Amino acid sequence: MFDLTGKSALITGASGGIGAAIARALHGAGATVGLSGTRVAPLEALAGELGDRAHVLPCNLSDPQAVEALPKESIAAMGSLDILVNNAGITRDQLFMRMSDEDWLDVLNVNLTSAMRLCRAAVRPMMKARWGRIVNIGSVVGASGNPGQVNYAAAKAGLVGMTKSIACEVASRNITANVVAPGFIATPMTDKLTEDQKTTLYAKIPAGRMGTPEEVAAAALYLSSPEAAYVTGATLHVNGGMAMV
Amino acid sequence: MSDIADRVKKIVVEHLGVEEDKVVEKASFIDDLGADSLDTVELVMAFEEEFGIEIPDDAADTIQTVGDAVKFITEAS
Repeated sequence: MFDLTGKSALITGASGGIGAAIARALHGAGATVGLSGTRVAPLEALAGELGDRAHVLPCNLSDPQAVEALPKESIAAMGSLDILVNNAGITRDQLFMRMSDEDWLDVLNVNLTSAMRLCRAAVRPMMKARWGRIVNIGSVVGASGNPGQVNYAAAKAGLVGMTKSIACEVASRNITANVVAPGFIATPMTDKLTEDQKTTLYAKIPAGRMGTPEEVAAAALYLSSPEAAYVTGATLHVNGGMAMV
Repeated sequence: MSDIADRVKKIVVEHLGVEEDKVVEKASFIDDLGADSLDTVELVMAFEEEFGIEIPDDAADTIQTVGDAVKFITEAS
């Protein structure tokens, strides 16, 4: 099951906890992976760990030209582009009344607009190949909302609507587009929470713990696989029951 | 001219899976050859690649028939 031998996958934000786990999962299933991100050192470390079939493709997602060029670079490196995982994201948390236009635009630009640009560029080779998988990493807050994250929640909710519409347009070409929406996942970002904050948080999660990057990666692997051919436009929530939507 | 027409015809036959004799100059991609809107985008992409030209979106909208495509490509290349 879930054999990705011969498929090439581009993963953005591959230097982060979830992105790296997704890269490992897809690579482990046989895919060639393109590891994208802004920080080159962790990408190279990950490529070294994976060995063969791993390519480092640095890209600053706030630079539109670099984003447009990324799918071409990944095809040049890997020979094709069959799976796109839009995982990269930034936060600029701030109470709404204090949120600047810049905080809003930066988050929308990286989390939503760059994902749109990458999807647009990736659909072209996928249409030709008559096969493709787009997996956009959303967030539970896109469905539930979260104080301090008006910009982030808007971008993540936007990804869902975008993904559904893309799914409608390209389904006849055997291309699927889905969202994986993680809840609270143990990463360096959540390590910063205090014990008190964690206790409060766990009370809201029926599973009583944070998720792991590997649990998110397993969802991305499934949606990237040939077995998930009939699943499109869906949002797969990986949140320990925190929001059942 | 005939060379371009032949290459256009070949792309249309391959792409839409239609009989060669149906791909005549006046044939409309959508009305006569069963293309949907996504097919027309793909055809334009295929023409761009085959002839090494760029077909802007507003020009692409005017390419409705096989003859339109041949005419545009002849003028552009």
